[in-house]
Amino acid sequence: MLMISPKMASGMQEKQYTPCLLNFFIYNPTFGPREGEEEKKILFYHPSEVEKNEKIRNVGLCEAIVQFTRTFCPTKPAKSLHTQKNRQFFFEPEENFWIVMVVRNPMIEKPNKDGKPPTIEYQEEEILDTVYGAVVRQCYSMYKLFNGPFSRAMEAGGVELLMQKLEKFFYRYLQTLHLQSCDLLDVFGGISFFPLDKMTYLKIQSFVNRVEESLSLIKYTAFLYNDQLIWSGLEQDDMRTLYKYLTTSLFPRHSEPELAGRDSPLRPEVAGNLLHYGRFLTGPANLKDPEAKFRFPKIFVASEDGYEELHLIVYKAMSAAACFMINASVEVTREFCEQLDGLVGPQLTLLASDICEQFTINRRTSGPEKEPQFKFIYFNHMNLAEKSTIHMRKTASVCLTSVHPDLMKILGDINCDFARVDEDEEIIVKAMTDYWVVGKKSDQRELYVILNQKNANLIEVNEEVKRLCATQFNNIFFLD
Amino acid sequence: MAEEHYLELSENPVQFEHASSVNNVFFDEANKQVFAVRSGGATGVVVKGPDDKSSVAFRMDDKGEVKCIKFSIGNKILAVQRTSKSVDFINFIPDYPHTEFTQECKTRNASILGFCWTSWNEIVFITDQGVEFYQVFPDKRNLKLLKSQSINVNWYQYCPETAVILLSTTVQGNVLQPLAFKNGNVSKMSKFEIELPVIPKPAKLSLSERDVAMATIYGQLYVMYLKHHSRTANSPGAEVVLYHLPREGPCKKSHVLKLNTTGKFALNIVDNLVVVHHQSSQTSLIFDIRLKEPDCSVNTQQPVLPARSIHPYRIPLSGSAVVPSQPPVPCQLYSSSWSVFQPDIIISASEGYLWYLQVKLPPTVKLLQDKGKLMDFLLRRRDCKMVILSVCSQILEGSEKAELPVVATVFDKLNQVYKEYLEAEQSYAAAVESGPSRGAATQKRPVRTQAVIDQSDMYTHVLSSFSERKGVSHKFIIAVLMEYIRSLNQYQITVQHYLYELVIKTLVQHNLFYMLHQFLQYHVLNDSKPLACLLLSLEGTYPPAHQLSLDMLKRLSTANDEIVEVLLSKQQVLGALRFIRSVGAHDNVSARKFLDAARQTGDQMLFYTVFRSFQQRNQRLRGSPAFNPGEHCEEHVTHFKQLFGEQAMMKASTV
Repeated sequence: MLMISPKMASGMQEKQYTPCLLNFFIYNPTFGPREGEEEKKILFYHPSEVEKNEKIRNVGLCEAIVQFTRTFCPTKPAKSLHTQKNRQFFFEPEENFWIVMVVRNPMIEKPNKDGKPPTIEYQEEEILDTVYGAVVRQCYSMYKLFNGPFSRAMEAGGVELLMQKLEKFFYRYLQTLHLQSCDLLDVFGGISFFPLDKMTYLKIQSFVNRVEESLSLIKYTAFLYNDQLIWSGLEQDDMRTLYKYLTTSLFPRHSEPELAGRDSPLRPEVAGNLLHYGRFLTGPANLKDPEAKFRFPKIFVASEDGYEELHLIVYKAMSAAACFMINASVEVTREFCEQLDGLVGPQLTLLASDICEQFTINRRTSGPEKEPQFKFIYFNHMNLAEKSTIHMRKTASVCLTSVHPDLMKILGDINCDFARVDEDEEIIVKAMTDYWVVGKKSDQRELYVILNQKNANLIEVNEEVKRLCATQFNNIFFLD
Repeated sequence: MAEEHYLELSENPVQFEHASSVNNVFFDEANKQVFAVRSGGATGVVVKGPDDKSSVAFRMDDKGEVKCIKFSIGNKILAVQRTSKSVDFINFIPDYPHTEFTQECKTRNASILGFCWTSWNEIVFITDQGVEFYQVFPDKRNLKLLKSQSINVNWYQYCPETAVILLSTTVQGNVLQPLAFKNGNVSKMSKFEIELPVIPKPAKLSLSERDVAMATIYGQLYVMYLKHHSRTANSPGAEVVLYHLPREGPCKKSHVLKLNTTGKFALNIVDNLVVVHHQSSQTSLIFDIRLKEPDCSVNTQQPVLPARSIHPYRIPLSGSAVVPSQPPVPCQLYSSSWSVFQPDIIISASEGYLWYLQVKLPPTVKLLQDKGKLMDFLLRRRDCKMVILSVCSQILEGSEKAELPVVATVFDKLNQVYKEYLEAEQSYAAAVESGPSRGAATQKRPVRTQAVIDQSDMYTHVLSSFSERKGVSHKFIIAVLMEYIRSLNQYQITVQHYLYELVIKTLVQHNLFYMLHQFLQYHVLNDSKPLACLLLSLEGTYPPAHQLSLDMLKRLSTANDEIVEVLLSKQQVLGALRFIRSVGAHDNVSARKFLDAARQTGDQMLFYTVFRSFQQRNQRLRGSPAFNPGEHCEEHVTHFKQLFGEQAMMKASTV
């Protein structure tokens, strides 16, 4: 259910504008230190049509702000700049490389009588530094996942190559940023884990181990079901970025064909040969095609000595997806893909239907789900596990939430408060719209609950949250 | 080749005086005794049994040629057959008269084919016209006829283990009638016909005694028929046909063992394996009738292993005192002078030796390449444990390393047997608990055979050394450990925590903390206090282990004290207090412990809060905020007064 904004309802003529991307640029001040060479500093600038001098001015301003604020705190330069119309975010992912994102504040356009131009009211306090700061960092992580760090391109082909790579990557990537729907979940950058019983989990383990043994080229494997993670052979940070890519980009692009047949696992056997539903999501669309290309996206992950480059093979059967990562120095051949298809396809199909079966059994035993009186977001910093009943299924374009942006903003504010202190905390807020919002922090875990009980008092709300913890989080140590 | 002989003769054979013109040798299958009768007994009868206790030497009068001689069970009464009409008896019970007494067979004109003891004083005469079942009264020196059966008999076989006599009847001899003897009773089991390869015309005795044997295999009685190759039939070689004789119900042809060759054969049963000796090739074959589940009514089987000869045997020269330096003489195996008896006896009468045939398991490992089949085979053998464990080690390490699916199959097979034993043990325990009245007496305590390979066996002999082995990739080690845990889970066997510790140790050694984290997240490693403590100890190298450990303690729900200790050690005094309240144990905890921790933090407000909280508790419990002397909180009271003054102390409530 999408809430209708009260502001929208109050005046029909009022027009509301959500936050949007104004500029996104990357520069390195050491590349053009002398006057007249300022343009050399700029490695990437969006939108590219902007006039050269304005680009230089904007970059110069950022540089100045960062330099200026450094005098106050050399270790922590400015992260953002608030102005009436927009907000700028600064991020230095590698030494001297700066990423800057400029977001226009949300605004309301109020029409005036007598043909006067409409008044524009900027809502400067509506957007959160933490959310958009996280978005900038995500941009860099995503670039790094597919291209390695900036320094790699510099070593390989100097500024020219880096600029090419940045252009190629961010030109497309920025189009997929939907700043209006960024929220607390972007701050967390969490991973949703698929709940699974031990035995099925062990079967998946066994599957992964067997595949890695017989196809020894495979270095790492990740296993997902229903867009939720079950197993990662990659380290946490790399998995976080890869997970983001898979669930917001790759999977949504391929979701249509299987929507029809989901949850109806069939195991038709034809002439003793198990049919399977396995297919490649990266690489060749059709193995039988003689023209098929065996090229896979390359990704960069952390390794003992810096980073390593890998082919990313994503293979899916029904709702189960396996990501196989192979050292990029090895060429992935048709033979290998056929071997993988023959080995993994039937097993993965079988596993997928096993998981589906287990999942339905579990759902049945836990009883029909009633629409609860509350919605929540849970996040654990330790394993990046996140769970949200606020967010709908993510799609390629937008991430729908079922609560009003104002409430999401409160959640973000509470999160900022939590970030300031180390102690366990609990914050209860009564929102304007009669909702109660509760934030709890216990050790490394955070829980945000939105309760729709306008007549409840503080004690009742507290009790309700206790009950929620007892039912939903009884198997973890979560202080109340 | 040498290590491929999977059959061997027992090292310490029973020695007796070899057969000669003056020395007749007899073997009694029931007592497994060899009788060396010199000159009809006049110059002595030497009885050698499997152990010294059953060995006897005595003299008896030579009353003619001895045809058959056997002790009753326990060497109580000796029966000697010298004519075809009667059997003579001699008491061997002390204090009883030793004079011989005689029993003639009751049936007129019948001639006695032989006799069998079925207990210490019950004996069966088998004549060509039937069987006569007697009870012997050694004190009265006479016999009483208990039962008799009239039937034409060509020959008979006796299985002492089950006290079943098999009679060959009809002209062709191929209709077999089994009779079971028990406590003075005879019961006729269902008779059955053996299919002959060629039906002779005119009819004549065509089923030879030599081609039929009875034995118990896996606790069931079978008649084994050696079906020779016939030119007319299409079969490429001889077969052993097994007929299953159940206690009740009809006899069924159950297995056909393919010998794939022709010639002279002899049968033994060793460790529930059917051993077929082939004289001309001097080799033996073994069959395991359980190796394939019967999916059709008759299960046709091939030998488990390629044919090999019995391990070469050297006869230690007897009377070693004479020429001690002389090397042992190689013994001729598969000699035509060998006689083979059931289940596992081979006698060379001409040389004076009785051997037990034995199966050696280690050579089978090399000969049976299919590890799954090998495990099936080994798990059914008696002395299998160490061989199985060595196979497990072998498939994990070195040149013969197997692939994971094979390893998984082996683990599954082991755990299936392990689980069956655990279940039997459990239902026995349940039966014992429910009291002797309800079936506990009928249920026997399950026997733990060597095939039960439990987690501690695997840990001690296989997994712990494997996981420490250099040169094995840690990926493979972890995969194997997880595979074993998966297999245990699949059979719903509770995994012992030392296996988890092994997993954790291996993961930690290779810095695979994130993997460990994921395993714990999916509760693959079961919760336990030792495991939680192990995790706590990892906190230094991997901080999230702290959270994992606390979660585990929480789930255990019996570890509240440990949780408080952990929190206090982290100076999370308020957290500890809140926790102890939430579990309702606030009233019973030691105030001193909390106050100590609060004071240690140096946070005065915290100390104040904790102190107050306990004062309130005291008020609620005892109506006074004061601490009991037993709580040893005096120094904290003083400290509190120093910090906040006397007036800050909570006064006894006046309400």
